[in-house]
Amino acid sequence: MHATLKTILAKSGPFIGLILVIAFFSLPTETREYFLTYNNFKIIFTQTVIVAIGALGMTMIIVSGGIDLSVGSTIALTSVVGALLIQHGWGPISVLLAVIASGGLIGLLNGSAIAGLRMTPFIITLGTLGVARGSAKWLADNQTVNYDSSPLNSWMTTANPFSHTLPTGVWVALILALLTSLLLRHTVFGRHVFALGSNEATARLCGIATKRLKILIYVLAGCFFGLAGLFQLSRLRQGDPTVAVGLELDIIASVIIGGASLSGGVGTILGSMIGALIMAVLRNGSQQMGWPTYFQEIIIGLVIIVAVFLDRLRQGRAAD
Amino acid sequence: MTPAVRLRLTGLQKSFGATRALRSVSLAIAPGEVHALIGENGAGKSTLMKILSGAHAADAGTMELSSQPYQPENPHDARLKGVAMIYQELNLALHLTAQENILLGAESTRWGCVDQATSRARAQTALEQLGHGGLALDQKAGDFSIAEQQIIEIARALLLQPQVLIMDEPTSSLTQADTEKLFATISRLRAQGVSIIYISHFLEECSRIADRYTVLKDGETVGSGAMKDATLDHLVTLMTGREVKDLYPRTPHQPGAVVLAVKTAVLARFAERNISSGHGASVQPTCSLQVRAGEIFGLAGLIGAGRTDLLRAIFGLDALTRGEVCLIGAPAHAATPRDRWQQGVGFLSENRKEEGLMLNQSIADNLTLTKMNTFGRGGWVQPSRQQRAAQHWVDALRVKCRDSAQTISELSGGNQQKVALARLLEHPAQIFLLDEPTRGIDVGSKAQIYQLVSELAAAGKAVVIVSSYLPELLGLCDTIGVMCRGELTAIRPRADWSETDIMRAATGST
Repeated sequence: MHATLKTILAKSGPFIGLILVIAFFSLPTETREYFLTYNNFKIIFTQTVIVAIGALGMTMIIVSGGIDLSVGSTIALTSVVGALLIQHGWGPISVLLAVIASGGLIGLLNGSAIAGLRMTPFIITLGTLGVARGSAKWLADNQTVNYDSSPLNSWMTTANPFSHTLPTGVWVALILALLTSLLLRHTVFGRHVFALGSNEATARLCGIATKRLKILIYVLAGCFFGLAGLFQLSRLRQGDPTVAVGLELDIIASVIIGGASLSGGVGTILGSMIGALIMAVLRNGSQQMGWPTYFQEIIIGLVIIVAVFLDRLRQGRAAD
Repeated sequence: MTPAVRLRLTGLQKSFGATRALRSVSLAIAPGEVHALIGENGAGKSTLMKILSGAHAADAGTMELSSQPYQPENPHDARLKGVAMIYQELNLALHLTAQENILLGAESTRWGCVDQATSRARAQTALEQLGHGGLALDQKAGDFSIAEQQIIEIARALLLQPQVLIMDEPTSSLTQADTEKLFATISRLRAQGVSIIYISHFLEECSRIADRYTVLKDGETVGSGAMKDATLDHLVTLMTGREVKDLYPRTPHQPGAVVLAVKTAVLARFAERNISSGHGASVQPTCSLQVRAGEIFGLAGLIGAGRTDLLRAIFGLDALTRGEVCLIGAPAHAATPRDRWQQGVGFLSENRKEEGLMLNQSIADNLTLTKMNTFGRGGWVQPSRQQRAAQHWVDALRVKCRDSAQTISELSGGNQQKVALARLLEHPAQIFLLDEPTRGIDVGSKAQIYQLVSELAAAGKAVVIVSSYLPELLGLCDTIGVMCRGELTAIRPRADWSETDIMRAATGST
């Protein structure tokens, strides 16, 4: 009985956090009228898309005991690639596939280096962070890449052929979240990801091809980051090589707030998605309160610390 | 005047939530007495030690140290009051020197800087008190052997002149020879008037070194007295509450065809060590062995002799420098653990926490990790089928847990080990490579594992066991091979070995 109560608390922790944050911004007189409206939540959901899709890939990586710091740069690079391809007259589907593939390619570089050279993911992806950012600027000739128009431009607004309720990006993120959650929980691949993150030595001893698995995880996550780059492109309507600086921290924070452990073996897609929403609600609410951006940064920083601290308390108690 | 009783505990109680870890524990120790604290896992020894060392506070009961009330606020306070603790897992900063480790937290300072001369002298004194004055103080702790690291840890404990020293399973990772040295050290401390609480699963050791004993069962003191009046059977009966008649069962079994052969294998760690052959040339140490279906093959030897290396090489976890491993019906190319599982070979790691198990995952996930793809089609896993398979072994091996979805870190060591072993049974393996299968687990679980191994052999499985505990090997195995510095020197039927023979072969003093 006691134990089930604890698991429920552990699982619903991020959800309670989200409700608290929403409640906090619904009360003040400045925001009361507008904050809880459908239109505002449409904006919040749209603002969550890029971080949420990045968090899908990042959850896999963090659960496997790794980390990827190069996400922001990957998003910038893939959005520049997408913009250049549109300039060259590629159709939207070809651009979509090419952008996802280029994200996967960066993942392949990361994964191969981590598994092949046996170096820590932190160092390797810190390196790719620079490499990808530099490449983006190089490809874009150090300026934004503009194009006339593309059907892609409408994927982050409601004025698009696919949906008039929420932008295409939101639906894509939702469907991918569902699929990734199934992948992690109910497939051999997913269970092996948890095994790898929980104890790599055990995974190896039990006959899991750990190197191949690591590479696969980073490639798959890279594809998600490429897709996030595409939505970045759709949102800005131009390829900007200086975009998404530091976005990896937002993405990692979403995953951690969602209950994943940086030491691996623990984490859920649902948690990470709620984590991404908490980040978006905090930003949206702060803007409506008229708080300066530096104040938002401080608040988000504190929320991360509090979330991890609460998680530690929870786990400490579970260990007793 | 020294009081007749150094430490007296009366009616200690402690609960964690609904669990009553200690119901009523009483204990009295005289100055210069070695007192064995005996009990199965979960009997309350760890809780008692945590209360004594100040990590927890008791709910009720009294503690007196040299006739003064003793209520430590935290481990540091306990140390200052004269109670020091040596944990089973050594707590050394491996990158610091021996001297820095000994003085950790108690550095001699002058003007805020570490006073090298005084520090050195104090560390040296502590080591000499232990009869190990020759230890290199400037060497990094990580470069010492486990036995020497333990000496460093004891020296640290002695620095504050403790009245009571608590040692938790001090010999669990020591070889026989190092154990002898530790006993000499303990005798020395006893002569200096230090009272020692000695906790161990090895009853033979307790009866050798201890003056008196106390047995805990389910959080209560169930017996105590002078060691010389107690028999091992009596102690085991007190611990388990039942009589353990035959610890090493012999289910009749008949070895059949050879299923595993290692031919002149050179272990990577020993490839550089050349030994002289009869003809003046030098050769690398090699290992050759054959294991039959339905045979229990024991590998004896000192820690670091290469037993684990050999087992890991057979399983494809480490590469061999030379030689080959042949399995019935398998090609003789270099193998990975993945290939080995497919060929029906299972491996149980000696290191349950770091390699054997995924501690923050469920029993079911741990138990079925080698065969996830069999619990559904096309890459899918059905948790219900996985849990049903795990539940079968949880019931069959009487693993104490809520259900197979429980996180494995919440189980006791013995129950964790049963799950680790069940992974091989569930796979199912035909050849069992077991590295120290009973290390650090309670007598009840040990007896169960012996029974299981014996039944496996009867069912025609081949079992290779590495163990540092000789009575276990002699009680269980059909054949025993002894390793010495990377070389498998002698293989004989069990009947042709005695403990002394094995120790001689293991130390290379034939």
